[in-house]
Amino acid sequence: MARSQALEVQEKKEIVGKEEATVPARYFLPNTDIYETEDALTVIMEVPGVEKNDIDVHVENDVLRIEAKINFAKYEGLEPVYTEYNVGHFARSFTLSNKLDQQQISAHLDDGVLTLVLRKAKEAQPRQIAIT
Amino acid sequence: MAMLFPDPFDTLLQFQQALDSFRTSSWLGSGPSASGAYPPLNVFRKGDDVVVIMEVPGINKSEIRVQVKGNTIRLSGSKSIQYGEKAAIHRRERRAGNFDRAITVPVEIDPDGVQAECRDGILALYLPRAERDKPKTIAIG
Repeated sequence: MARSQALEVQEKKEIVGKEEATVPARYFLPNTDIYETEDALTVIMEVPGVEKNDIDVHVENDVLRIEAKINFAKYEGLEPVYTEYNVGHFARSFTLSNKLDQQQISAHLDDGVLTLVLRKAKEAQPRQIAIT
Repeated sequence: MAMLFPDPFDTLLQFQQALDSFRTSSWLGSGPSASGAYPPLNVFRKGDDVVVIMEVPGINKSEIRVQVKGNTIRLSGSKSIQYGEKAAIHRRERRAGNFDRAITVPVEIDPDGVQAECRDGILALYLPRAERDKPKTIAIG
């Protein structure tokens, strides 16, 4: 993608859910890219401002849920005078297909980008059938 | 905003509401012509000094250039996204490209004391106020 165009600003999408959380705060949907290669499905989410310990990834009932909390203690003592975006926790969930091996999910965080690699189950990988 | 909210559970929500109320603030003047829109930034006041915080996920600090001249700060760089070669894309929400943005703060800052820190996808600029611009406290006799 070698286009030299100006980056657009993406407004943060807020989650408007039917259930309320016990601690009132606004949650946002992180921008996500999902792509598939031969042996894995990769989910990439942008969660700026989140540290490794504050991310919670778990799979339950075929649903992958990612929750990333920001620690806003660093905003202590700062008074806003001009704002263009809001700050909040991130959460997003995806339903996984049974082609994915739900025991083998790896994750790493770099520069505010969380990358999850979900390996496909052995049966779902393409196989060559030898002709005898 | 003073953190004197007695209810610790509500502090984040009130902080978020405070951020919302400054969306229409005109504190930041219109700057030189290279003022693009990315990255979106929040400007805070810490005592006399100014702190600018912006979200730059996926951008390494080597890909950002910060320049200061007078009261104007220029942020430029590029954000790149790599996919594997044989990748089938199911969903694409992230954007890549170049950015070049300049902001002019209405207070005089000390260009030698400007510090920038980029970590976890957040770029924070600490702009100390110039000594000569600080308000003088007058003693009441």
